This record gives sequence, C-alpha cells and structure tokens, in this order.
Amino acid sequence: MSKKLPVVTSRGGTVEPPRLTPAPPPGRLIDSPRFPAQAKVELGNPVQRKNLHHAMTTIRDKRARVAGELDNWEDLRLAGEAIKNRTLRHLDTYLVQLEENLTAAGTEVHWARDAEEANRIIVGLVEASLGETREVVKIKSMATQEIDMNEALEEAGIAAWETDLAELIVQLGHDRPSHILVPAIHRNRSEVREIFNAEMGTYGRPAPEGLDTEPKNLAGAARLHLREKFLRSKVAISGANFMVADTGTLVIVESEGNGRMCLTLADTLISVVGIEKIVPSVEDLEVFLQLLPRSSTGERMNPYTSMWTGPASGDGPQTMHVVLIDNGRTQVLSDPKGREALRCIRCSACINVCPVYEKVGGHAYGSVYPGPIGAVLTPQLRGVTSAVDASLPYASTLCGACFDVCPVRIPLPDLLVHMRHKVVEGKKAKGGVHTESAIMKATGRMFSHPRLWAAAVNAGALGGKALTGRVKHFGPLPWPLSKWTNARDVPIPPTESFRAWYARTHHEDGSLK
Amino acid sequence: MTTTSTSPGRSFADAPGSGKTVALFAACANDVMFPQAPIATTRLLERLGCRVVFPKKQTCCGQPLVNTGYYDETVPIVRNFAKAFEGYDYVVAPSGSCVGAVRHQHQMLADHAKDPGLRRDVDAVVAATFDISEFLVDVLGVTDVGAYFPHVVTYHPTCHSLRVAHVGDKPMRLLQAVRGITIKDLPDADRCCGFGGTFALKNPDVSVAMAADKARNVASTGAEYLVAGDNLCLLNISGVLGRQQSGIRPIHLVEVLASTEEES
Repeated sequence: MSKKLPVVTSRGGTVEPPRLTPAPPPGRLIDSPRFPAQAKVELGNPVQRKNLHHAMTTIRDKRARVAGELDNWEDLRLAGEAIKNRTLRHLDTYLVQLEENLTAAGTEVHWARDAEEANRIIVGLVEASLGETREVVKIKSMATQEIDMNEALEEAGIAAWETDLAELIVQLGHDRPSHILVPAIHRNRSEVREIFNAEMGTYGRPAPEGLDTEPKNLAGAARLHLREKFLRSKVAISGANFMVADTGTLVIVESEGNGRMCLTLADTLISVVGIEKIVPSVEDLEVFLQLLPRSSTGERMNPYTSMWTGPASGDGPQTMHVVLIDNGRTQVLSDPKGREALRCIRCSACINVCPVYEKVGGHAYGSVYPGPIGAVLTPQLRGVTSAVDASLPYASTLCGACFDVCPVRIPLPDLLVHMRHKVVEGKKAKGGVHTESAIMKATGRMFSHPRLWAAAVNAGALGGKALTGRVKHFGPLPWPLSKWTNARDVPIPPTESFRAWYARTHHEDGSLK
Repeated sequence: MTTTSTSPGRSFADAPGSGKTVALFAACANDVMFPQAPIATTRLLERLGCRVVFPKKQTCCGQPLVNTGYYDETVPIVRNFAKAFEGYDYVVAPSGSCVGAVRHQHQMLADHAKDPGLRRDVDAVVAATFDISEFLVDVLGVTDVGAYFPHVVTYHPTCHSLRVAHVGDKPMRLLQAVRGITIKDLPDADRCCGFGGTFALKNPDVSVAMAADKARNVASTGAEYLVAGDNLCLLNISGVLGRQQSGIRPIHLVEVLASTEEES
C-alpha cells in the first residue's frame, strides 16, 4: 500500500504532498459550530438564499403534484412504513439471509462496525483491484459521504472521482454537499460555470472554451470531463438504495446515467451500504419504486433503475463486493422510538418542505444529513455530546410539514422532541446548574400549582396597569427576551386578565352576574 | 381567490348549544396576555346557547416544556390538566396549538410517567378536548355563527392547528360565513411563521427570517386584519408587522366570529 507521506524539503521542513482531488473545506463536520451560530452565517449569504428559495419551491410543487395524482398514495405510505418496520424488527434475520444470497450470487460480503473499519476495508479492496491509474469512479452515495471515504482514499494515494453532476460541482468547488439529493442546490448556474472553468483543467479535461450557463452545456462539459475517467478507471464505488434480502440483489435509482456507466464499465464494483437498507423481497420494490422518485425528484419514475445480482459472466464488473456498514445504526435500533428514523429511504422530501432548511441550507447542520431527518438521525448516529449534535434537535419549529410528506411516515416532529428529551437528560446526568433547566423547573412548578399560576396572572395584570398610558408596546428588552424584541414588538399585558374578567362577569356555575 | 360573503345573518332561536356545558380552556398565554380571545369564545358560545364555565385549576397544556425536552417537569402539568377538566363533556380552547398538544402529547407523557391511572384520566380528557373551530362545526354543527365583520382579512392556518390538531378547513368555512367579510388568499399560507415556541429564542435569526417572509406575504394581500387561531403565532407575525408600521392588525379567529352587527 503506497500511503502518501509528507515530503521532506531541502531545509528539513515538511510539506503536505500535492492532493489528487480538490480539497474539501478543512475540519471535521462533528466539530462544526452549533446550529444557531452557523445558521446566522448562512443567513448572511443572499445568493444562497435566493438559490435555495427558488429550488425548494420548484421541487416542493413537483412532489405535491405527482404524489397528489395517485389515489393510493396514503396506502403506499402505510405499506412503506409497514415493510420497513418489519425489516427493522427482524434485521438480524434479514441481514444473514442477505449475506447468504449475496454470496451465492458471487458477491463478496464485508462487515464494518464503524467508518474507520469501513474505510480500511474499502482501501484494501481498491488497492487489490487498481489498474494503471490510482483512481476510482463513484456513484452518488450518502453512505460514503457519511464515512468520509473520499478523504480516506486520498490519504491512501487514490483519487475518488464523483460522477454525479451535482457531486462533481461540489467536489470541484472544494465544497461540501448541502443536500442529500441535490448536493449543489446552494449553487446557481453562474457559480457552476465559474467552478468548471477554474477547476476542471487541474483534474482532467478542461471546460470547453466559451462555456456559457445553459444547463445543457454545463452538463455537456461535465460529460466530457468525466468520460475519460469512466473509461480509465478499473474500480467503481457505489451505494445502494435497496438491498433485496431474498435474492441478494442491489438496486440503484438515478437520473443521469453516470451510475449505469460505473456499474457497467468498471472491472470491480464495491458497494458501500448501511445495514438498514434492506427490503425483504423483490415484491417490496413495487412500493418503494413508486414512493421514492415521486418523493425525491418529484418524478413519476426516475430515468435509470439498475438492479444487479452478482457478476454476470462477460458483462460488466466481474468482481463485486458489498461493504455493510453499521456506524451507529445498531445504537439507533436499540431505541424503540428513535429507530423509526431508520425507515428513511433518503428521498429528501422532508428537507425540501422544511422552512428552516430553506432559510439556511445544509451546511448549517454540521452533518451529511441536513434538514429534519438529519436533525433526528445525526444525533442518534453520533450521540448528543458534541455542540452541534446537541443543537440539532432544536433546529426545527415543529411545524409538522415534514411528517406529512415522508413516504415512510417517520414521525419527525415527535422524534425531534424525543431527541430534545435525550439532550436534556444528558445535561441533567452531567450535573451542574443550567439557566434553562432552572427556568423550566420553576415554570413546571408554577403550571402544576394553580395558585402559583393565578398569582402570576394577577401580577401580569398589575404590570399592565402600571404601564398603561406610558407605553403601547415593549421596545428592546434585556437578554434573553432581547432575542425576541430585537426584531419584534411586544404588546404590554392588558390590565385585566381573562380569569379576572370571568370572575367579574360570571358566577362559578357559568351563569351571568 | 377573494370571497365576499353575502349570507344573511341568522337568529339563534334554535340555539345549537342549548343544554351543553362547555369547560373553557383559556390557554395560559391568552389568560394573561390576550384575554380578548377567551372572552370572545365565552360570548360566542353563550350566544349559541352554551353554558360556559371556567375551571379555576387550569394553568397550561405543558407544551413549552415538553417541546423543549423537559418531560419530567411536564408530567405534573398534565396531571393538573386532567384534574382541572375531569368530568366535562366538552373542553374547548381558542388555540389549535394547545389543543394539539393535549391531543398529541398528554398520553405520551402519561406513558412516560408509567402511570396507567393518569393515562386513563388523560384518555378521557383528550377525547373531550376541542379547538373552538372544531367544536362549532363538528359538535354544534354550525358554520354561520351570526357574525358580522365588515373588513378585509387574510387567514394564516397555524401549523399546529393544521398538522397536529387537524382542524382542516373548518376555520375557513366559519370565516366564509361571516357577513360583510372580504377574505384575501394568503400566499404560501401553510408555511410556518417561524415562531415554534422556544425555537424563537434558541434560533432567533432563523425565526425572524421566517417571520419576515410571512409578514411580507401578509402585507402583499392588502388585508386590514391578519386572522389566525393561535395568538402566539399572531404575536410573532404582528411583532414584525408592527415594527414595520404596516398598519395590519392581528386578530384571533374567534374574535371575528364573536363580532356582531350590533357591536360594530
């Protein structure tokens, strides 16, 4: 294995060796700032806000239209939920069955507990299969994003090329994906052209002279740039949308055909898949191949659906591997409530309807999974100990739009509250004094003692009386209320509470005085 | 769509609420900050023939605490709610959000407390709890409540009334039957206003960005009044509208429904 080592210079210092692929932003996602802090930064990017508003509005409307045209949409959602629940309940059985059938079909199965083990396995498999060039082509995959596989390969001196158009834009832009389905959603056409012009030449075929911002021409430039990589690479790496337990079949749905190129041109195919991606049988795809495209891209059917069951003699990759990754999933599975998030089929419908996501984009979430599903899944996979993970469950108004569109009926608002509870329990277990916990404890006491509350209501009216005639509404108030009054007026309390009005006008039995 | 109702007012000799006793759940924020809404609820229900009582032990539904993750602190509030409203056939609140919290969270909290007795009490109270729009349409069977409100309004369906309490189109049907009213469609009506309880304090910048969108959409309708079924969402949106001196007034749905020609 030829690990990249620092180069010793003539002066005795060391410099980092040149990178094979564009460097992503420095630092680890888990060390990201808390959501509110990064959200404020993102809100200050007007181009991104415009891009997100435009893209989210379009994709939301498309989803609503194609989901609405099926009479049995709610039945499909219920079926999707039921199939996934059964799978998760018996995951141990289905995983063993899957392994048997994958092996029988000629696919080698590898198990990885965490990201590090997965990357070690993948690097080893790639090393054993490389051709003349140390590079692999990739199909868009959330699992490989989750384990930061590209950087592990880069470390090992292997270039991993993204072949999905949006992933390519992100990679060439030294950027991170901001969305699980459309990772470059925060970019517009002009930005894409700039990235292609500036970067393509460094990593392969340059962008054509005089490239304009027509989507067709931008896609054409990417096609030409990628073509030589498709033809050269001996190894392709994919994820999978579904793994069929009773046949050992893997399924990928995609829009661009880049996946089909990877799945047919390479000699070796390595598929990296989360253990929850199983469906028990091929018939179950009837449900999910309707739910997924309508929920994700808002199409009745996606342009390419690839299904393969081991290598086919003389056709396509002759060596196939599946790396099954846990990486926190069994920990999620151990929580009977939290495990509902494992039903997720990564369609992104919840992200597309989320009004919080639309304002800030995916980079504020410090995770490869943004939006409502990211806010419940990430803190479960990684725990709630880091600053960003503890802030994610609060990155929602609990407006409920996400549950309504989820094709597998994940109760996202309930899970957000469930995770908030876990954050609070974690805080309590750590001990010490917290302002919020103290306020909540006092509020809880007041609301469970009617006399205390009645006194508070009276105090409010007294305050109202004292202020009447002096001010109409509150201007700036001190912290933490300043968070409200910095942008909004607050009326002063009225001079008579409701209960005082009722007591003045009614007897206790409801009759009028 | 702009609708101007011309339906004649009706008298309530037949009093659809006659013989019914309603326990009014004012909701804590209304009790202290927005008494007009529970006052309007009381007057409207009495006009329709109901007897309205106000159980004094009532406090809050517990939503601010449970939605911040404080389950243990909320359980005694749930217990108090069940006790305060025990035995009533109808518990009615002018708040889709508080009704949603009772309906959607009290049973979970009783289970969290591992208290089957509380769960039974909660089950009974939950089944009897209604948002005012549901009580009028589903229980009393009226959409024309004899209201008169000669103004241009736009209606914001609050998230929890829509997606937790599931009041559906009942508020709009009630509004459409108000005489003299002109209803302007609100663009992106079902998008959240950014309030979200403690969200507004924990994520103030995102909250304001969302509220600004909602305020802009409200202003674009040219309405005089912004109508909604939850006063805290109104507080959020009108807080921004007020800072902008927009002149658009917030009003609770039930205040519109309680308005009559005699008063105007």
